[in-house]
Amino acid sequence: MNDGIVVNVCMGTGGIAAGGDMVMQEFIKEFETAGVKNATVKEKCRLHKVGCRGFCARDVLVDITVDGQVSTYQYIQPEMVKRLVQEHVLGAKPITEWLVGDDYHVFHDNQTKRVLADLGKIDPESIEEYLGVDGYKAAEKTLTTMKPEEVIQVVKDSGLRGRGGGGFPTGVKWSFCAANKADQRYIICNADEGDPGAFMDRSVVEGNPHAVIEGMIIGAYAIGASVGYVYIRAEYPLAVDRLRLALKHAEERGFLGKKLFGTDFSLKIKVKLGAGAFVCGEETALIASIEGERGMPRAKPPFPANKGLWGKPTIINNVETFANIPQIMNKGAAWYASIGSEKSKGTKVIALTGKIKNTGLIEIPMGMPLKDIIFKVGGGIEGNKLFKAVQTGGPSGGCIPQQFIDLPVDYEGLASVGSMMGSGGMVVLDETDCMVNISKFFLQFTQSESCGKCVPCRIGTKRLLEILTRITEGEGKEGDIELLQQLAEDVRDSSLCGLGMSAPNPVISTIKYFRHEYEAHIKHKKCPAKVCNKLLTFFIREDMCVGCGMCAKACSVNAISGEKKQPHKINNSMCIQCGSCFDACKFSAVLKE
Amino acid sequence: MDKQMTETLEAIYSRCVANEDNIITVLQEIQHEFGYIQEEAVNWFSARTNIPPSKYYGVITFYSQFHQKPRGKNIVTVCCGTVCHVKGAPRIISKVREDLKLKDDQDTTRDMAFTLEHVNCVGACSIAPVVLVNEKVFGKQTPSKIVNNLKAYKDKP
Amino acid sequence: MINLTIDDKQIEVAEGATVLEAARKLNIDIPTLCHDPRLKPYGACRLCIVEIGGMAKPVTSCTTPATNGMVVKTNTAKLYRLRKTTVELLLSDHPNDCMTCIGTGDCKLQELAYAYGIRENRFQGAMRDHNRVDVNPFITREQNKCVMCGLCVRVCEEVQGVGAIGYAERGFEAKVIPPFGHDLKCEFCGQCVSVCPTGALSGRLWSGKPRMAGVKFTDTTCTYCGCGCNITLRSTGDQVIRIDSKPDSHNRGWLCVKGRFGFEFINSADRLTTPLIRRQKGGEFEQATWDEAYDYVAKRLSEIKDKHGADALGGLCSARCTNEENYLFQKMFRARIGTNNVDHCARY
Ligand SMILES: Cc1cc2nc3c(=O)[nH]c(=O)nc-3n(C[C@H](O)[C@H](O)[C@H](O)COP(=O)(O)O)c2cc1C
Ligand code: SF4
Ligand code: SF4
Ligand code: SF4
Ligand code: FES
Ligand code: FES
Repeated sequence: MNDGIVVNVCMGTGGIAAGGDMVMQEFIKEFETAGVKNATVKEKCRLHKVGCRGFCARDVLVDITVDGQVSTYQYIQPEMVKRLVQEHVLGAKPITEWLVGDDYHVFHDNQTKRVLADLGKIDPESIEEYLGVDGYKAAEKTLTTMKPEEVIQVVKDSGLRGRGGGGFPTGVKWSFCAANKADQRYIICNADEGDPGAFMDRSVVEGNPHAVIEGMIIGAYAIGASVGYVYIRAEYPLAVDRLRLALKHAEERGFLGKKLFGTDFSLKIKVKLGAGAFVCGEETALIASIEGERGMPRAKPPFPANKGLWGKPTIINNVETFANIPQIMNKGAAWYASIGSEKSKGTKVIALTGKIKNTGLIEIPMGMPLKDIIFKVGGGIEGNKLFKAVQTGGPSGGCIPQQFIDLPVDYEGLASVGSMMGSGGMVVLDETDCMVNISKFFLQFTQSESCGKCVPCRIGTKRLLEILTRITEGEGKEGDIELLQQLAEDVRDSSLCGLGMSAPNPVISTIKYFRHEYEAHIKHKKCPAKVCNKLLTFFIREDMCVGCGMCAKACSVNAISGEKKQPHKINNSMCIQCGSCFDACKFSAVLKE
Repeated sequence: MDKQMTETLEAIYSRCVANEDNIITVLQEIQHEFGYIQEEAVNWFSARTNIPPSKYYGVITFYSQFHQKPRGKNIVTVCCGTVCHVKGAPRIISKVREDLKLKDDQDTTRDMAFTLEHVNCVGACSIAPVVLVNEKVFGKQTPSKIVNNLKAYKDKP
Repeated sequence: MINLTIDDKQIEVAEGATVLEAARKLNIDIPTLCHDPRLKPYGACRLCIVEIGGMAKPVTSCTTPATNGMVVKTNTAKLYRLRKTTVELLLSDHPNDCMTCIGTGDCKLQELAYAYGIRENRFQGAMRDHNRVDVNPFITREQNKCVMCGLCVRVCEEVQGVGAIGYAERGFEAKVIPPFGHDLKCEFCGQCVSVCPTGALSGRLWSGKPRMAGVKFTDTTCTYCGCGCNITLRSTGDQVIRIDSKPDSHNRGWLCVKGRFGFEFINSADRLTTPLIRRQKGGEFEQATWDEAYDYVAKRLSEIKDKHGADALGGLCSARCTNEENYLFQKMFRARIGTNNVDHCARY
């Protein structure tokens, strides 16, 4: 079988950042100079722009397929392209030392790819390629052979739960909406993904936008919506471009617009760009934002399924939720529910990041033990440090300590230890991370993203942050932990929307599992992880200092003195613990204690 | 208001009416055209649409994307998402501030060459910490790397 | 109709009623700060929270529709704790200024602080500084005292249809201001002042005058126009010091700028106290008695009618007169003088 030569260059945000576009240009240039252009292989030799394949840390990843044989290279830079073309493409000899190693396969082999199955394989900018993997078949089948209530039943039977955070059963939500009498209904795809440390939805939209659109078509048909919106972050320009292009292609093919697939069903999908407000991921705030208002949440009930956009019944689902729908319709509810745990079916896409060897986008069956995710898929902790905790659910979630390493990762499992699935961000923390600082970081985030409408969140998160800041700066007082706990619980229980209700979770969970770290800060004025500068003393190890003077230059209060080429010294009474010297020293001679 | 500005606003108005757009889109377009949002543009739109300026003002100050002052020629955006945070974003910010000689309450350099901004996760956590200069993404940054990367933007006229 | 149980009592309410409305019907007192039955529910202050059987978390009664079979608790230990925390949080971002604040005695926040006995506050920290002097003739804005209940914004938009003020910024820094932070430039109807639960908005004219102690309240009718809004005068001695209007009046407590703030004329030195007659062309006005004035008017009217006919005369009356007076005025013109040339600013 001779399929010619195919070169795939990873061009997700990660790939582009690592120089993917330059690598691609190099390939085009090299093929030209090597004369591949004039050879018969010319037409078959094409350069793919593939979306994120998950292993961003190894970018630029390049697949070279010769005669059906795929070789995957990692860390490719433009200057390496020439050798690849010469030796692999023309010389038919793969360059073994640049190929990905075993860990790359371990990373992939422990995953179950459904939503991500086609990511990195098909060109997201080509509708033909999506059609080539049975794209829009599910929509056609659904619209032409099934009644809306049958569609809802299949989705109910599949056990699919919302991937945007709450985990509400999708089919049930759809049935609530469909039960309303209304002249107009809306379907909205939530692609706001404001969670710091999560990029699942971005990758799916960038890598396979048509799957999301197809899911929306099926959902719209099920609930009877004729207008849809995708609410997407403006900070994701590539995703926005690809989505717009995909919508245009789908319209041209008649998958969107009037009388789809020869039925009486019509659907128009519009794109709305978020303008930079995390709270707009919350359903009612998102609706307010589409209506052109400040994104301030509204009290529920009434729920959007009954009274949503412009007061009409509205369904809001997450990107990944929609991306699951075409497969469920194609392969059936039983197939879908065949993997996963008892109450959480199917797979979950997770952004695995932090202090871990293999960071990237992964997809695992629901219920996979935490330790398999971290140590098998993730390859363990980076730099041989000790595992401390894993933060899930972003600012709404919590920190899970070592003792729960066997925990099955699904909605119930995570909730049972005071965290949550959230949208699927998973940040691994090691011994050098301070839990009080982490908790402060998240509070800083939620506090600055609070819409300011309701009292507990507007003032409560501010007070929580102030107490945490005090503790990390050595001003903690006896009773602060209890005060934090009380206030955190009250903010959680009386805030208006999910932001305020979940903002205290990082505080509550870190106090629960890492109380000793709080105590060390408050009672002993020490930061065990050596993160909180104000609690550290900086000094210079004479035996390691070469006297370059970089530290003294960096110090803004002139606390460092020393002759050139002689060991320097820090005057601790002048030091303001900013840590600049620590960053400036190239010889690791500055220590903190 | 000069004629050119009125024409630009009129064009935005017709476009947005045709697309049934909302205030947020209108403001996004205004900012796209002028770089920031001026009060007189809002007043013009308010009169044209019969929507009180307070609505526009509320939206402008709610969403962090909108700016009421002109920004620098180059926008340096430091990601402050979780991953970038644990991998050292705070130290990158203080270094950039120092390098660009920005005072605490200042985000744009005197010569309008740079504006420093924060963002909560650009979705490239695998290569954290991340800094964007204009549209270009720099991954795996350190305080010294980013200073180096900024050099290229400083000399350009 | 909908039947529900609140604090072990049964109540029937109409479809669409909220839990708060149902509770009020039972005379159950639930604290509120951002609620006004005349405006759309908002759900921001979180004080009206109640526990409802089957719901995981407390919900706000002002926004939650009552449903059949609902079992509601309005006064549990948990709710007390949450409400108290909310009041403490509000006070932690509020100037402790009651002694000299114009709102004292008429302030919901003060009442809440008292009701929950908050002498010591568990929370301290940064306070907003949004105060700036708003230069306008009628309304004093002290935004540091604002609790962000949103009532002023909603009344200005929903009732007055003006939208002169709006929310700005977000989070802790959120505030209520006119666009771009300018001075207030609006109708000055003062609707916003009337709904503000704290001393954040007040009438400029009220400043320094008695607040509650020793103040007399008199219900009467506004004399400015034919609408005849109900008003309540606050006075000390012979001085009217403030005018407001009750929410249960036919005008629902809403007034216009004249009715609310235009009362300085009452004690004005410029006010006329006797009739004035100009006896000669180009001459000065001279004080006269009522009898003199009536005689003069009657004489001139008769002269004109005799010389030029009744239609040479016309009468314009004022809505500031009572219905009875207006009736008599047109009667005099139509029946006695004999012309239909008679009108009135609210039309006959
Ligand atoms: C503060 C806040 C932020 C949220 N952000 C997102 C988001 O970025 N993306 C998302 O899909 N859901 C987000 N959600 C959850 C949504 O409100 C909503 O539950 C979800 O989109 C429903 O879709 P699903 O049923 O498919 O999960 C957020 C919720 C809250 C309270
Ligand atoms: S909880 Fe926070 S974000 Fe949500 S409505 Fe209240 S103030 Fe706004
Ligand atoms: S005085 Fe009237 S018009 Fe002016 S802000 Fe208040 S409510 Fe609005
Ligand atoms: S000014 Fe008064 S009425 Fe307006 S939001 Fe503030 S407290 Fe409420
Ligand atoms: S946290 Fe910086 S890119 Fe995600
Ligand atoms: S009165 Fe119900 S939330 Fe304020």
